Amino acid sequence: MSATMDTAAHLSSAARTDGPPAILMDKVNKWYGALHVLRDINLSVAQGERVVVCGPSGSGKSTMIRCINRLEQHQEGRIVVDNIELTDDLRSLDAIRREVGMVFQSFNLFPHLTILENCTLAPIWVRRMPKKEAEALAMEYLTRVKIPEQANKYPGQLSGGQQQRVAIARALCMKPKIMLFDEPTSALDPEMIKEVLDTMVMLADTGMTMICVTHEMGFARQVADRVVFMDRGEIVESGVPEQLFNDPKTERLKTFLSQILRGH
Amino acid sequence: MSDTAAEATVPRPAQESAIGPRRPPLLAVGPVAWARANLFSSWLSTAVTLALIYLIVRWAMGFVDWAFVNAIWSVPVVNGQAQTQACRALNGAGACWAVVTEKHRFMLFGTYPYEEHWRPALCVLLFIGLYIVSAMRRFWRKELAYIWIGTLTLIGVLMWGGVFGLSYVPQERWGGLVITLILATFGIALAFPLSILVALGRRSRLPAIKALCVLYVELIRGVPLISLLFMASVMFPLFLPEGINIDKLLRAQVAIILFAAAYLAEVVRGGLQALPRGQYEAADALGLSYWQKTGFIILPQALRLVIPPLVNTFIGMFKDTSLVLIIGIFDLLTAGKTAIIEPAWQGFGIEIYVTIGLIYFIFCFAMSRYSQGLEAELNRHRVR
Repeated sequence: MSATMDTAAHLSSAARTDGPPAILMDKVNKWYGALHVLRDINLSVAQGERVVVCGPSGSGKSTMIRCINRLEQHQEGRIVVDNIELTDDLRSLDAIRREVGMVFQSFNLFPHLTILENCTLAPIWVRRMPKKEAEALAMEYLTRVKIPEQANKYPGQLSGGQQQRVAIARALCMKPKIMLFDEPTSALDPEMIKEVLDTMVMLADTGMTMICVTHEMGFARQVADRVVFMDRGEIVESGVPEQLFNDPKTERLKTFLSQILRGH
Repeated sequence: MSDTAAEATVPRPAQESAIGPRRPPLLAVGPVAWARANLFSSWLSTAVTLALIYLIVRWAMGFVDWAFVNAIWSVPVVNGQAQTQACRALNGAGACWAVVTEKHRFMLFGTYPYEEHWRPALCVLLFIGLYIVSAMRRFWRKELAYIWIGTLTLIGVLMWGGVFGLSYVPQERWGGLVITLILATFGIALAFPLSILVALGRRSRLPAIKALCVLYVELIRGVPLISLLFMASVMFPLFLPEGINIDKLLRAQVAIILFAAAYLAEVVRGGLQALPRGQYEAADALGLSYWQKTGFIILPQALRLVIPPLVNTFIGMFKDTSLVLIIGIFDLLTAGKTAIIEPAWQGFGIEIYVTIGLIYFIFCFAMSRYSQGLEAELNRHRVR
């Protein structure tokens, strides 16, 4: 009872529950060949809500968020992003990709372009922004992720943590309404994880709708409105972080949490 | 690599090392050390080194004797007949460069009317100028396309003539170096973009396009260039309606372009495949369209990766243009062969072939050196 009250209070403070959801996944199923990797996924993310997705490797977390901007194609069910339904229509896909930013585990910066060019390419060509304006915007976001002085270097000259912060700035330069993070700190050395998480916390404070696949439970506790636990392609449990971590309902989540905690 | 090594040896100010850096022992670096390690490391390797030095010096001296000391640079011409007795008297002890002196105009320009030779000569210079301008990165802009179109048009006007008071010269009379440059330049300039399209098509998700590209590459690659040239020169005209005649040079040119593009397409595809999937995904996630993704992200990286095999294919193609001799087009090599048919000059093939080889070498070596520089410059972002 208190948990639900808590949820409601939490939501009202951060997310606007009124209006249509930012992301709606309705009975989404996906197979790789015969392998059933997403099973009846139902997930609704409100505007401004911060959702952390956790679960053992191979549980389908990455696949699920990659379905949202169609890096992966789902085979059954509906996905509606920002009121646009994901269909085979290329125009709806373009519209969705403009509104959804993504940060990858392996950064995926464009190594042949400078940091600044990485950040301005999509605004100039997809948003048709004038070059000067795009550069000013890029510098603003690079300043916000605290690396404006690296703007004219190439990605290969930066540390992993710096590269990931550039990747965040690059996604933000498209002024997305939703940000997806696919294990953003998993490829980083331990001493660089904090700088990236700090950047994400800062972003969360601006009211951005975020879905983040991560094993950083500290981050989940600090910023998540809701934590979703996945295992074997299903959403097993979801709830506010305190409730989920302190009072797991299922055996699977208990096992997972004990493994995570032992690991730390 | 050397950078990181250098950094490692420099002590950080924060943690002053007790053992300061010092120079390596004198015998471990420098040319003396290199020679010791590579040439004189054991009795056997010392013996091999000395034997090879002896052979190289002997051969070099023999070549200098042949090519310079005993060589004859010109022979008297009486009544339009070259008097080659002096050359024949050498009996191979020296080169008879007189054949090149005498026949260089024919080698370079073939049967092009003698008094109009300045026209193909100017064309050769225009081609070389075009190469130099294209090689400079600061000219890599839209204007370069206009420079190409303008220069090639000018070359066409000069070669054909028939306008601006230039006399008309039919294509059958063109020949020599200018033919080689025409075939190679148009060949590379058109085969390269075509190959990119084919390579992209081969990775297309549309089955029809993919099948078409695979079929094209496999068909063309499975046939020798010579048979393609034969088809272009002998079979193709049979399919044309009566009265229509497509220039023989153009037909050979198309065969060369199609042939080269099939090989280049596989090279480009190799580059496309070497790119990590993440690059495609990042471009997709940013909302870039297919052509934006391909043009800004994929091709710039893929092509940089395959500069060495690309240039390898370009060089091969440049030399393969000499195969047009089998369908009777007068390129540099054919012109050289024809030059020594004249009885007076028969038997002086070596001098002609050495000269032709040198001309090919200059062009190919220039391509190779340029590509190495370009590769280093374009891949600077990969150096930390």
